[in-house]
Amino acid sequence: MNNPIQLLQTLRPALGVEPIHLPLFSDRVAAGFPSPADDYLERRLSLDEHLAPNKNSTFLVRARGNSMVGAGIFDGDLMVVDKGLNAQPGDIVVAVVDGEFTVKYLGLLNGLFCLKPANPRFQTTEFKEGQELEIWGVVTSTIKQFRR
Amino acid sequence: MPIALVDCNNFYVSCERVFNPKLEGKPVVVLSNNDGCAVARSNEVKELGVKMGEPWFKMEKMAKQHGIIALSSNYTLYGDMSARVMSILSEFSDQQEVYSIDECFLGLDGFAPEYLVEHGQKIRRAVRKQTGIPVCVGIADTKTLSKLANHCAKKGFAGSGGVCDFGRLSEAQISKLFGSIAVGEIWGVGRQIGTKLAVMGIETVEALRRADSEHIRQQFSVVVERTVKELNGIPCIELEEAGTPRQQIMVSRSFGQPVTALEDLSESVAYFATTAAEKLRKDGSMASSLCVFIRTNPFKEDEKQYNRSVVVPLSRPSADTAMIVSAAMAGLKQVFTAGFRYKKSGVLLMGLQDKDTVQADLFDQPIDQARSEARMRVMDKINKKMGKGSVTIAAVGVGQHWAMRRERKSPCYTSEWDELPVAR
Repeated sequence: MNNPIQLLQTLRPALGVEPIHLPLFSDRVAAGFPSPADDYLERRLSLDEHLAPNKNSTFLVRARGNSMVGAGIFDGDLMVVDKGLNAQPGDIVVAVVDGEFTVKYLGLLNGLFCLKPANPRFQTTEFKEGQELEIWGVVTSTIKQFRR
Repeated sequence: MPIALVDCNNFYVSCERVFNPKLEGKPVVVLSNNDGCAVARSNEVKELGVKMGEPWFKMEKMAKQHGIIALSSNYTLYGDMSARVMSILSEFSDQQEVYSIDECFLGLDGFAPEYLVEHGQKIRRAVRKQTGIPVCVGIADTKTLSKLANHCAKKGFAGSGGVCDFGRLSEAQISKLFGSIAVGEIWGVGRQIGTKLAVMGIETVEALRRADSEHIRQQFSVVVERTVKELNGIPCIELEEAGTPRQQIMVSRSFGQPVTALEDLSESVAYFATTAAEKLRKDGSMASSLCVFIRTNPFKEDEKQYNRSVVVPLSRPSADTAMIVSAAMAGLKQVFTAGFRYKKSGVLLMGLQDKDTVQADLFDQPIDQARSEARMRVMDKINKKMGKGSVTIAAVGVGQHWAMRRERKSPCYTSEWDELPVAR
């Protein structure tokens, strides 16, 4: 925009100025008694607050496959994942294995962390000493919808 | 008061890596709108010598050779991650100035000097843990110095573990450090000023710090004089805390391919006006005038060039999409000339006022005003629910031949139900 800006005052009338009305009393005057329930008004329950108290660190991740059916996580379920929480053994976590996200139980086996599926048809992933296990976040809930 | 500058490392690339861990350790570059040139580079790409702003076509061959992964910019994702990072940072100070999408100043009043580095480390850990985004922290007595401290932290020139507090360095250490940094790295010293300073023999940060500020003001301006003072630890640029309302809203894009027809140009301008009006309402503001501009591609030197803008005053401050679009269309008709290949257009909303303090004038019709607000509320609501652009002004069109080229865009991992990350 190197060019000097032209002022086009002439456009003003073209922009739909309509007939003039002079507002005299535009505000409604509130009259009558206040509602007796006013003193008892509280905020409505918020699902956001309930499911994601840490809004900055909460992300939604879609579950795929059947490796966690024993934990009630089915293909297509919506998982609420909090990246800010410190994972403890027994937590359901989203971890990074070979560059992919996986959802499993965080387990302890002979003093070393492992990723345990909740389905006997899948195998536990063990980590050797010095091998890094990257936990992406902790699954705090899943959301199942039966109809919309 | 000590000031911290917190800056996200290779922010756009880092955002992509949070949701696509496969990109970790690989050379990744994020391209500008229309996949034009590099706007963010991973460290691996920097090491290969790819410069900021380098056009994609120039590096395409090298990219193939080194396996550089190029991504279109995904501003929806970066915007959400930025909001998360800034919100976390706000918990670390009462005084926060969000300076850009990936950096902010924090006033660190009341912290014991010896505790500042530890506080910086806490900030880094919190952001990394909660969002996955790595940040560096620079701490010093002025904004200019804290920017420089951040640069040092990032490059590993001083400090450790991504935090650099100039207050921990002795005068001799500072002197030596500043002597090794080019003057062009200083906040506010652009290429032009840098070149002129070099001619005067001022080539390092240290040389500028030692320069006579009076002389600098005569040679340049009070702005550069202020920089000299700030380098000497005298605060001249105040923290502008959140809540400072925006003065202007600009929405503009380059087109995927050149546009010649007024109809296509009209659609783009209407679309930008619509987006700008949405932003305006989100801020709770009204605009009193707007500027429309169109231009050809200045880099196509063999093509005829055209570049015009026009300011259109609104009959009264408004945040109504219909009003703003029709004003923008009126402006466009004034500046459009057939026979050019247009590359870019944009809409700039100006004279922004808080919607609640806009003065009513004689032309105001409260009922119309209330109707307009109600209409816009419904429109914003539907668009929020059904997806951007579900309800719009007819002028925006449906084809959008001019739309951006974004062939390599990653999913909107945090803002689209169909594009969430997947875990097996």
